[in-house]
Amino acid sequence: MTTTETGGIDCDIHPAVPSLKSLLPYLPRHWADLLVQRGMHELDSAAYPINSPLTARPDWRPDAGKPGADLARLREDALDPFGTRIAICNCLYGVQLLFSEDMAAAYARAVNDWVRAEWLDREPRLRASIVVPPQNPHLAAEEIERCAADPRFVQVLMLVMDEMPLGRRHYWPIYETAARLGLPVGIHAGSAYRHPVTTVGWPTYYTEDYAAQATAFQSQLMSLICEGVFNKFPDLTVVLLESGVTWLPAHMWRLSKYWRGLRMEIPWVDRSPFDIVRSNVRLSLQPFDGPPDAAQLERIFEHLQSDELLLFSTDYPHWQFDGLDAIPPGLPSGLARKIMIDNPLRTYTRLKETVT
Amino acid sequence: MNVQVRDTRTTRSEAASRLAIADCDIHPAHKSKRDLDPYLEQRWIDELRTFGPRRRVGVQSGPAYPKSQPNAARRDAFPEDGNAPGSDLDFMRRQLLDPYNIQLGVLNATGENGQHFQNRDLGNAHCRATNHWQIETFTKNEPRLKASLVVPYEDTQAGVAEIEHWAGDPNFVQIILQSRSADPLGNRRYWPIYEAAAAAGLPVGVHAFGFGGHPPTGSGWASYYIEDMVGHAQSCQGLLISMLMEGVFERIPKMKLVLIEAGFGWLPPLAWRLDKLWKRLRAETPHLKRLPSEYIRDHVWLTTQPMEEPEPREHVLDTFDWVGWDRMLFATDYPHWDFDDPDQALQVRVDEPRRRAFFYGNAAALYGVAAVA
Repeated sequence: MTTTETGGIDCDIHPAVPSLKSLLPYLPRHWADLLVQRGMHELDSAAYPINSPLTARPDWRPDAGKPGADLARLREDALDPFGTRIAICNCLYGVQLLFSEDMAAAYARAVNDWVRAEWLDREPRLRASIVVPPQNPHLAAEEIERCAADPRFVQVLMLVMDEMPLGRRHYWPIYETAARLGLPVGIHAGSAYRHPVTTVGWPTYYTEDYAAQATAFQSQLMSLICEGVFNKFPDLTVVLLESGVTWLPAHMWRLSKYWRGLRMEIPWVDRSPFDIVRSNVRLSLQPFDGPPDAAQLERIFEHLQSDELLLFSTDYPHWQFDGLDAIPPGLPSGLARKIMIDNPLRTYTRLKETVT
Repeated sequence: MNVQVRDTRTTRSEAASRLAIADCDIHPAHKSKRDLDPYLEQRWIDELRTFGPRRRVGVQSGPAYPKSQPNAARRDAFPEDGNAPGSDLDFMRRQLLDPYNIQLGVLNATGENGQHFQNRDLGNAHCRATNHWQIETFTKNEPRLKASLVVPYEDTQAGVAEIEHWAGDPNFVQIILQSRSADPLGNRRYWPIYEAAAAAGLPVGVHAFGFGGHPPTGSGWASYYIEDMVGHAQSCQGLLISMLMEGVFERIPKMKLVLIEAGFGWLPPLAWRLDKLWKRLRAETPHLKRLPSEYIRDHVWLTTQPMEEPEPREHVLDTFDWVGWDRMLFATDYPHWDFDDPDQALQVRVDEPRRRAFFYGNAAALYGVAAVA
């Protein structure tokens, strides 16, 4: 590790809900009773099978229990070694998988209250994203309003695959509320599994599922742009979390070319999609999905044509890199500091309220 | 794209002095709805007229996402008789083959070719008829044109039978599938088709589009045609991931895959992602012996249209380097609106050997057509 700066801001870590029962204290009586009475199963998502190598780095995997469920380990594994000043918790618990809007809203509230009490209150370096029920954007907006009163909630969290493309007007109450409150919308890898994860049907292997997440980010970024989300909410920042990075330039070449040929269909998109991305979209660093050597890496940054797009992340406890090598080797000079500190601070404006 | 404003009415003698071009994606069209009748039993003609093709899409005919132009075509590609662009061989010669010195044109009879009809018997008959029609209308009358064998791939047995029926016929230089299939194309139910193609010495072309019935995003149905079009890159990534992880290239070493009209810039980042991911998760796919990128390098070709157009344009040279110059196949997509003009497509400085490989040599080698001096 040559380029990591201390005092960095880790924009994607994953504290795990240890079990469904740990949410009981945070659920209203009705939902708590039903949880027990119905013998509900865990809400862990098939997007991260607990024993899959990707779900936890070998040296970050606990002897017992879920990876990422223990605060002491998080401090020891993810915060202290990287000299992290702030880390943003993105809790991936299957709230988005539920089919009942009301149940999803109750569980979203419970997860947010749980993360506040069990993580934010206990560790001053932590911040969190607001888990929302995308099943009902009005309930989601209410939950954003409720949590936003606490400045330690710095972002709204959604999954990259939901019931419909994320640019659709269905979701705009979420974006309107987030933009008004100065909260970026973080879109994380994962799916509500309403549709096959690939556009050509259900794949056989988990490897395919995870690989296809990057293609879902491509589709969703396109949807947000084409539906005019950034025209309607020009101050909205969307952060792609655990999306992979290197697919972005080629996808923008293709989308920008078709935009030149087909913009009569979406006349509200009044500038090149790549320009929109540079002003309104950010990506977390891990997984970077980089080329094998440093010379090629340099070309990728040339293609990105911006040093403001990337936000430092370890993706703890997921296994994206080994040791402390969160920053790809051979990064252009000065860029590491921007990725680790300046870009996150500009993106998450609420951090300024709590970071001196 | 779309309306041609430049005068390209070059005479044939001028054209002959130009660099030879292989156009790896030309779309032939029917002159009338009765074009296939001579090759179909009456029962299928009746069935089609009475009940329609019954595809996995709501509209009875035409595309689910309305195109940007009539027939998705260049406005100047309608022949004098007013029939569909791509339906008149002589007009195709005058507008495309002669002025650009296209020495090899690969026909891809996509669209309503029968591959995606829910009534498989009807679909199979329709594919067979389409193959007869391609020969009788185009390749028999024009040696520069070769056809792609339309294979009913959703019906494995019929797909294999179609390949075996035509194996060795010099009119066909590859088989053609469409990318948006009912299952990911690495699924084992498609393997016998790839085995038959390999046995017949035919590359497997997969052209963008199709009607598998799945939404064009992993998050449901997009609103716009532009999303449908750009989305072919995502669909082709999905099918390539599937073929790689299912071990298609490991199991069928002679398999040659040609991805047509789905872009190519996405391939290097996908390969980097897969290499890293596979190292983490290889316990799941022990049938794979090599890195995904190595299978890609040995088994995958891509057509160029629609050409990636970065700003600055030179960035595309990095992509060619990463994909491999020997894997790029030039294509115009004639007569469609997003036609890439051979004179305009490659707006970057490229040395002569690479230019020749890009515009002709790679295709000639892949499709086993004699190189032009």
